[in-house]
Amino acid sequence: MQQDLVHKVKSNPKYHELVSKRASFSWFMAILMLVIYYGFILIIAYAPKFLAQPIGAGWTMTIGIPIGVGVIVAAFILTGVFIHRANTVFDELNNQIKEEVL
Amino acid sequence: MRLLPATLATPLSLLASSAFAQQAAAPAVQKSLNIPAIVMFLIFVAVTLGITYWAAQRTKTAKDFYAAGGGLSGLQNGFAIAGDYMSAASFLGIAGLVYTAGFDGLIYSVGWLVGWPLIMFMIAEQLKNLGKYTYADVVSYRLQRVPMRTLAATGSMVVVILYLIGQMVGAGKLIQTLFGLDYTYACVIVGFLMITYVMFGGMIATSWVQIIKACLLLGGATLIAILCLWHFGFSPEEMFKQATIVRGSAEAPNLAIMGPGTLVTKPLDAISLGMALMFGTAGLPHILMRFFTVPDAKQARRSVFYATGFIGYFYILTFIIGFSAIVFITKNPDFLGPDGKILNGSNMAAIHTSAFVGGDLMLGFISAVAFATILAVVSGLTLAGASAISHDLYANVFAHGRANEQQEVFVSKIATVCLGIVAVLLGIAFEHQNVAFLVGLTFAVAASTNFPILFMSIFWSKMTTRGALIGGAIGLITAVVLVIIGPTVWEEVLGYAKGSAPFPSKYPAIVSVTAAFVGIWLFSILDNSEQARQEHAAYEAQDVRCQTGIGAEGAASH
Repeated sequence: MQQDLVHKVKSNPKYHELVSKRASFSWFMAILMLVIYYGFILIIAYAPKFLAQPIGAGWTMTIGIPIGVGVIVAAFILTGVFIHRANTVFDELNNQIKEEVL
Repeated sequence: MRLLPATLATPLSLLASSAFAQQAAAPAVQKSLNIPAIVMFLIFVAVTLGITYWAAQRTKTAKDFYAAGGGLSGLQNGFAIAGDYMSAASFLGIAGLVYTAGFDGLIYSVGWLVGWPLIMFMIAEQLKNLGKYTYADVVSYRLQRVPMRTLAATGSMVVVILYLIGQMVGAGKLIQTLFGLDYTYACVIVGFLMITYVMFGGMIATSWVQIIKACLLLGGATLIAILCLWHFGFSPEEMFKQATIVRGSAEAPNLAIMGPGTLVTKPLDAISLGMALMFGTAGLPHILMRFFTVPDAKQARRSVFYATGFIGYFYILTFIIGFSAIVFITKNPDFLGPDGKILNGSNMAAIHTSAFVGGDLMLGFISAVAFATILAVVSGLTLAGASAISHDLYANVFAHGRANEQQEVFVSKIATVCLGIVAVLLGIAFEHQNVAFLVGLTFAVAASTNFPILFMSIFWSKMTTRGALIGGAIGLITAVVLVIIGPTVWEEVLGYAKGSAPFPSKYPAIVSVTAAFVGIWLFSILDNSEQARQEHAAYEAQDVRCQTGIGAEGAASH
């Protein structure tokens, strides 16, 4: 990429808005996923009895099962949330930047 | 984790089919030919060869060969990623693990999925914006071309070869059991077909083989899961209840299978395993390569969204199938060997269940799907390996970027044939070896070499060539050494006494990934050379392209 184009993009305030918004959102989502996953793992390691209790009196299903399936579903939902924000906010900003500099 | 039952002792092995290797010594290997399975498999082969012929007509440029012309949609690529990632053993292995240990199987499913959101948040769009055909394009973007390409290609080749050995051995054993074919023939058939797909059809054929396989696997697993649930009046609670009764008694149901068992006992092991699965997934060259098959960053992130959905859904299905297997198989003499244990090992739980709920036809269908699954995975691996040889080593290292497209693609095809032959020979050579450790090693290497240099090259402006080389090498060596002196190889392969392994854990990632990152950081900040200053200065332009996609490789113009 030519140096003058790089400077043109970098001097556009929308570029800095895009970079900071996207970076903070990406890191937030990544850390959220790690907290959910390692939270699950640490409960298994330190409090397995919590997950092994039935979801109600007379039930065989334990609360560990909806929680485990919930982690899988959460992973999918997080990607959905990310894609929604990327398609609306980030792509919009990015398109404006491209229009202004190219 | 030494108290684990033998079936759980090598959980990582589930990802590749190598768990089947443990059955080498099983006395009751089924030898009769499975006709419905063979017929359905032949239909699959005929369709995929037809697609390969069609793809070959359309594969004209290097971009077609490596990246399917960049013309796949997010949905198509999502299917292909799922097809690349869901190996036969993640199907059979996880269902088998649930059959053996109940709830614990879910822990592994979760671990294999959580890498995907991270790939989307951190890597998918960045790869697409910076790269062309391989992840080496990204790591050599502003760093020294020859050393970085060599490092990235080495990381890719190590991962591809290790993964291929595990897949070939697993494939041989599985096909031997399911189809009654000889092990050597099975390896040769797999090798022949994968060479054909990749050499003639390149990424277009490979992608479509993976898409078809993903549809068959998802469809087949959905069908079995529905038939299973139908037996329980579509009540999961009823399924769980009957499972605890079968494993215990009506008066004293076995509730241990409903909660965490012996799988995660040491928190550090669990954290380390999680790191290997997450970062390893983000360092598999055949997975990273898939992000170049879409036209832009938007489709790249869409691919991950669909792939995460398919893979997550699939793991939930395997959980249902595994629990149903407890009810259908545990006390059913049709599926038990003379020793009273499940016929041909716990990895057969899903296969036996398909026979129980759907008869011979369903058994044949699922067997054919398992075969197709293996073919799709090994094809993706072979293409990734051939690309590392032709695009990274030949075109950029030996020919210094002066090779033309035709020469590059020609080298890629030669590399495909060579890799295929090597894979078959290694598969045959390792027939009687315990290869379960290879998958752990593969993921450890991917997480400790490929992932750190890729991640740091995207996000850290101060990484220099020297830092990347030394840090990447430290990660690679640490991962390999710790696996060798860890319990899996030291005690189970080399046969030293239990508890004598110098490194106490089967999961080295927490040490080796950290070592790689620290190495990259330390040797980059210590690098005061003129070249390091230039590399630092070049980050600005790279970052602008990475953030905006301006200048990125687009879809093919034709």
